[in-house]
Amino acid sequence: MPDEPVTPEAGTPEAAPPALPDAPAPVPVSAGAEEILATLNSALGDAIIEAQPLFGDVVVRVRTDAWLRAGEVARDQLDCDYLSFISGIDWMPAPKEEGAEADGDTSTPAQPTEMTPGAAGAAGRFQVFAHVQSTTRKWGMTFKADLDENNPSVDSWVSLYPGANWHERECAEMFGFGFVGHPGLRLLFLPAAFEGHPLRKDFPLLARVVKPWPGIVNVEGMPETAAVATEEADSGDTNA
Amino acid sequence: MSTTDTTASGASDFAIDPASMRHLAEARVNVELDTGDMVLNLGPQHPATHGTLRLVVRLDGERVISADPVIGYMHRGYEKITEFRTYPQVTTLINRIDWLSSFANEVPFVAAAEKLMDVEAPPRAQYIRTILTELSRIATFLLFLGEMGLQVGALTPAFYGFRDREHILNLIESATGGRFHPNFNRIGGLKDDLPWGWLAECRSTMQIVFDACDTFENLVLGNEIFAARCKGIGIIPPELGAAYGVSGSNLRASGVDWDLRRDGDPYLVYSELDFKVWTHSDGDSFARYWVRLQETRESARMVLQCLDAIPAGPIMTKVPLIIKVPKGEIWAETENPLGQMGYYVVSKGGTGPFRVKIRSASFSNVSILPWLLQGVYVPDVITILASLYFILGDIDR
Repeated sequence: MPDEPVTPEAGTPEAAPPALPDAPAPVPVSAGAEEILATLNSALGDAIIEAQPLFGDVVVRVRTDAWLRAGEVARDQLDCDYLSFISGIDWMPAPKEEGAEADGDTSTPAQPTEMTPGAAGAAGRFQVFAHVQSTTRKWGMTFKADLDENNPSVDSWVSLYPGANWHERECAEMFGFGFVGHPGLRLLFLPAAFEGHPLRKDFPLLARVVKPWPGIVNVEGMPETAAVATEEADSGDTNA
Repeated sequence: MSTTDTTASGASDFAIDPASMRHLAEARVNVELDTGDMVLNLGPQHPATHGTLRLVVRLDGERVISADPVIGYMHRGYEKITEFRTYPQVTTLINRIDWLSSFANEVPFVAAAEKLMDVEAPPRAQYIRTILTELSRIATFLLFLGEMGLQVGALTPAFYGFRDREHILNLIESATGGRFHPNFNRIGGLKDDLPWGWLAECRSTMQIVFDACDTFENLVLGNEIFAARCKGIGIIPPELGAAYGVSGSNLRASGVDWDLRRDGDPYLVYSELDFKVWTHSDGDSFARYWVRLQETRESARMVLQCLDAIPAGPIMTKVPLIIKVPKGEIWAETENPLGQMGYYVVSKGGTGPFRVKIRSASFSNVSILPWLLQGVYVPDVITILASLYFILGDIDR
């Protein structure tokens, strides 16, 4: 949890990381995003840590203890009657790094080696995030909240959206998150005897451990990488 | 299917005097007219389903007291596997989520990657994508229109549904090479242009679709028995449906005027098409059938509009041979045949995604079942399951 909450300002996107010059230009803030941010600002105040408009969506990171309150504001003041999903992110890079097994294991695409936060930032490894939408105002927004690494737990949204029940059950089994107030965090997809939380980054994809991928998946090292596909399609052939 | 009777069985109690048994039987009939709860497992295996859904229903006589869907028999862990694949490889996986409209699954993911890379497919590719998406929708709905009749006891519509869907599948196959899993989208365009004569073929097939819709309207919607089995059954209140995340035709059948093709972030060429979003105020199984029937016609009209307006030109824009998506994250959603399909893609600048949250429509559509099935009769369970129209792969991912 950062010490000083940053008040979001509409039209001030996050500073783009300089590492990737080909990153697309930040999208302009739409009128809907401005209204969403203004309403959230007045209702949640300093509970908002960071907010960022993103491709027509708005990503808002709130304090963990304001998670339920954020959902309430979205539902009651922003007319977000529709729950799209609730899920989690593990920002830790997967233990296996690109080229770590330099003897030619190319079975996975390159993954980052250091932890970098995504849109609207992240304080630690785990984040819960949810997308809600309005069927009347036709807009949507994404909420994020940081969770403690040792005891990832957050308030349940079941009291707001009954559909949160299954999403939180899935999130609980896949990431090991706790949802306070959930009626029963039983396993949803996984069999009863399953151990571990598969979507955590330190959980290996067991199929790849048992049997390495036979082909070359990570084609980055191939010599022709500089080539650019020049598929000029035959114009004028509409065959109508 | 297996049954477990929780009532005490007296069949093997030979020690008891038959006379007293008679008294007991009389007492049971006279005093307590209730039968004990019975737990019935619907599924997981049934020859008529593609995929496995298990429904543990607790019955009081013919009435459902509670229902608990048990899912996950087909969980393939796609969210995990995407972290081990490159972007072009992911489209192969997500073809298998909703396998009846595979092409429509690819569109939001490819759109997400394209937006992050700041490339755009050429207009002709966008038109072809729209046509194929709508053809997927027609194929999915034609199967529903037939299968729904089958579930409530009419065999004939199923034959018509499968027969007419075959025309659409042939179209998809001749354009993409795959009947069910086209894997035709590329980041920045499409794999191929349409074959010669395809547009004319598509145009004439749309007439078959219109005829099929008329057939279903007369044969199924106009059938008294069908109406009696479906009207008033499984009513989803609009606000509750939205709070459960029910989307697509299921929500529009409850009167919610919300279609991502019109209301969402603009994608493909839907903003250039003239189409109507059909809603129905009843919210019952009959309304869901009615809405899907209208949407099938509407999709055929949209395909015809696309056929008229499709421009010439390239079908692939210039993209690097090795697809590397810049760092960033994006939420991309589309209106799929079964409802809202979305991907929350987090990229770290590599050749593969860092995290992909797959939001599939059927998962949320089915999550309302525990509420919806309470208090209905056993035959209506089948009607409701059929009218919600889910694909098991879309639930389990």
